[in-house]
Amino acid sequence: MSNFKIILSITRIHLLTRFKQTSIAALGVTFGIGTFIILVSFMTGLNSLLDGLVLNRTPHVRVYNEIKPSSKQAIEFANEYAEAFHVIHSIKPKLSQTRIHNALPMINAFLADERVKGISPQCAAQVFYLAGSLELNGRITGINVEEEVGLFNFQEYVVEGKPEDLIKTSNGVLLGAGIAKKMSLHLGDRIQVNSSSGGRFALKIVGIFQSGLAEIDDVQSYVNLRTAQTFLGEGKDYISDINIKLWDMEEAPSMAKEIEAQFNVSAIDIKTANAQFDTGTSIRNLITYAVSITLLVVAGFGIYNILNMLIYEKMNDIAILKATGFSGRDVQWIFLSQAFIIGLIGGILGLLLGFVVSVMIDNTPFVTDALPTITTYPIDYNPMYYIIGIVFALSSTFFAGYLPAKKAKNIDPVDIIRGQ
Amino acid sequence: MKKLVLQTKKVNKYFKNPLPFHVLKDISMHVEEGEFVSIMGKSGCGKSTLLYILSTMDTDYEGDLFLDGQKLNGLNGEELAAIRNEKIGFVFQFHYLLAEFTVLENVMLPAKKLGKKSEKEILVDAMDTLRLLGIEEQAHKKASMISGGQKQRVAIARALINHPKIIMGDEPTGNLDSKNADNVFNIFKKLSDERGLSFLVVTHDEDFAKKTDRIISMGDGIIEE
Ligand SMILES: Nc1ncnc2c1ncn2[C@@H]1O[C@H](COP(=O)(O)OP(=O)(O)OP(=O)(O)O)[C@@H](O)[C@H]1O
Ligand SMILES: [Mg+2]
Repeated sequence: MSNFKIILSITRIHLLTRFKQTSIAALGVTFGIGTFIILVSFMTGLNSLLDGLVLNRTPHVRVYNEIKPSSKQAIEFANEYAEAFHVIHSIKPKLSQTRIHNALPMINAFLADERVKGISPQCAAQVFYLAGSLELNGRITGINVEEEVGLFNFQEYVVEGKPEDLIKTSNGVLLGAGIAKKMSLHLGDRIQVNSSSGGRFALKIVGIFQSGLAEIDDVQSYVNLRTAQTFLGEGKDYISDINIKLWDMEEAPSMAKEIEAQFNVSAIDIKTANAQFDTGTSIRNLITYAVSITLLVVAGFGIYNILNMLIYEKMNDIAILKATGFSGRDVQWIFLSQAFIIGLIGGILGLLLGFVVSVMIDNTPFVTDALPTITTYPIDYNPMYYIIGIVFALSSTFFAGYLPAKKAKNIDPVDIIRGQ
Repeated sequence: MKKLVLQTKKVNKYFKNPLPFHVLKDISMHVEEGEFVSIMGKSGCGKSTLLYILSTMDTDYEGDLFLDGQKLNGLNGEELAAIRNEKIGFVFQFHYLLAEFTVLENVMLPAKKLGKKSEKEILVDAMDTLRLLGIEEQAHKKASMISGGQKQRVAIARALINHPKIIMGDEPTGNLDSKNADNVFNIFKKLSDERGLSFLVVTHDEDFAKKTDRIISMGDGIIEE
C-alpha cells in the first residue's frame, strides 16, 4: 500500500512537470470519448425514434385473410392425373370475403396463449370521403381504441383531440391529417362517407390522426370497430385483421408460422415485414462504434508517443530508482499509472463533453411534419454508454501505456549508469 | 575474525559484445563489518564492472556472492531490488539525483520504498542526515538547483537513509576538487568509525586510498594482493 503511494507520488511529479504534453494526451482521449458519447446517444436516439415510428406501431403478428389463388387447383385432386404435368391457364382467386373466418373463436384462442400480451381486432373498409361533388378514395379502419392505445401507442399519432373521445362518440372519426387538410376540415366538423356497398354515413370528427407517412395520412381514418362493421352491413364477428402483440418480439416468426398452420389464414410477423429496420439499426451502430474506435486508436497512439518520449527523457530517473531499490515492476507501474491517469482524466472530461453536447442537441428544435410528436433532436441518455465510454478510455490508454511501461521495466540500470 | 558483510567466491564475468571478453577472472574478495576498503587499478581493468555485480544490479555473472551472510545469486529481480533498497547504499561518480524532486524528497525516497517507518520519522531521519552532511539548508530546493559538491552529499545522504550494511562508491570523489574530496572522505571515515558502517570505494586518488583501512589492487580482471 505504501509502495502504491510512492509510485503515485512519482507519477504525479512526472505528469505535472510535463503538464502540456499530459494535457494534450488527455485531450485526445477526451475528444475520442466525447465523440463516442455524442454519436452513440444521437444514433440510438434516432434509432429508437425510427423504431418507435414503425415498430411500436406495428403488430408483432398480423393475422388476415389474403385473397390469393388456391394453392391446390382442382385437377390436383384427380387421382388419374396424379403423375401428370399440369398446365392450367388463367388462374383466378376464388370469390371470397376479406374477413377472417371464425374470427371470434380465433381471438379467444390467441388470448388464451400465454406468449400473447394482447390483441386488437380490426375491421377495414374501403370508402369515399365526400367533399361537395368530390369523392376522395380512402380507407376506414374500425378499431378497439383502448387496445390500440395500450398495445400500439395509438395516442402518439392523434395530433388533435383524444383517441378516448372515439369511445364516447359512436359515430366519431379520427380523420387522417392529409384528408383533413385537403378537405379543410377541423375538429368538431362533420364529414360524409360513402361505403363501397353504397351506404352513406355522417361522421363527427373527434380527432386528427397523423402517422408521419403521407401515403397513410392521405387515405386512412379510424372509427370504432362496431361503426365500421355497421358500415359494411356486417355483424360483430366481421373482423378483417387481428393484430397481436407478444411479450417477446423474438417469438413473432415462429408464432406466425404456427397460426398459419393451425388456422386457415395468413399471418405475417414484424421481422419479415420490417427487415430493413433491423438492418438500418445495426449499420448505424456499426458506424458509431467504428468512428469511436478509430478516434480512440488515434488518441491511444498519442499517449503511446508521449509515454515513449517521457521514458527516453527519464532514463536517468529509471536507473536511479532501480539502483536505490525500486523493482522493474515498480517502474512499470509508474508509467502504467501515468497512462491510467491520462485515460481517467481524459475519459471523464470526455463523458462530460459528450453529455453537454448531447444536452445541446437534445434542445435543438427539430420540427418535421413527418414526425408529429417530435420537437427536438432525439438523444438516448442510456448510462450504459457512459460506462462503455470510460471502460473504452481506460482500456485504450492501458494498451497504449503497456508497451512503453514494459520497456521501462526492462531497462538495465547498469547500461544507463555506464553510459553516463 | 570479524563478521563478513560482503564476500565473493570465484566471480567470473564475460562480455559477449562486440567481442567475447573475459572481464573478471575468479574474483574472490570480502569486506568485514565496519571496514573501509578501497579498490584501485588502472582504467579498464574491471572495477566498475565488479562494483555493479556487488551492488546486485548486474546479475549476469558466474560464481557466488554473499551479502550479510545471505547468498544472492539465484534471487529474482524483485528480491534483489528489496536487498538493494535495505542493505546497500550506492554513490556514483556522477551525482544521480531525480532532478524534478526536492533534495529532501530524493533522500526520503528509498526509505519510503522500504516502508518501515512513518512518513514523519523518515522526514526527521532525512533532515538529520542532511544536517550530518552540512546541507540541511538545501533541503527544499530542487535537486537540479544545487552545486555539484552539494549534489554529491545529497547522494551520500540518500545512500545512508536506510542504514545499509555497506556503502559502495564508484569514484565518488572523481568529480570533486580536493577540498570537497577530503570532505567526502571525512564523512565516510566518520560514519565508518562512529556507526560501524562498511565502505567499498573505487578510487583513482592515491591519497584517498592510503587513508582507508585496506586497498584492493586490481589488474586486468584479477585481484593483485
Ligand atoms: N557493456 C560492455 N560491453 C563490452 N565490454 C564492456 C562493457 N562495459 C565495459 N566493457 C569493458 O570491460 C572492461 C572493464 O570496464 P570497467 O568499466 O569495469 O572498467 P573500470 O575499471 O571501471 O575503468 P575506469 O577506471 O576507467 O572506470 C573495459 O575494457 C571495457 O571496455
Ligand atoms: Mg569505472
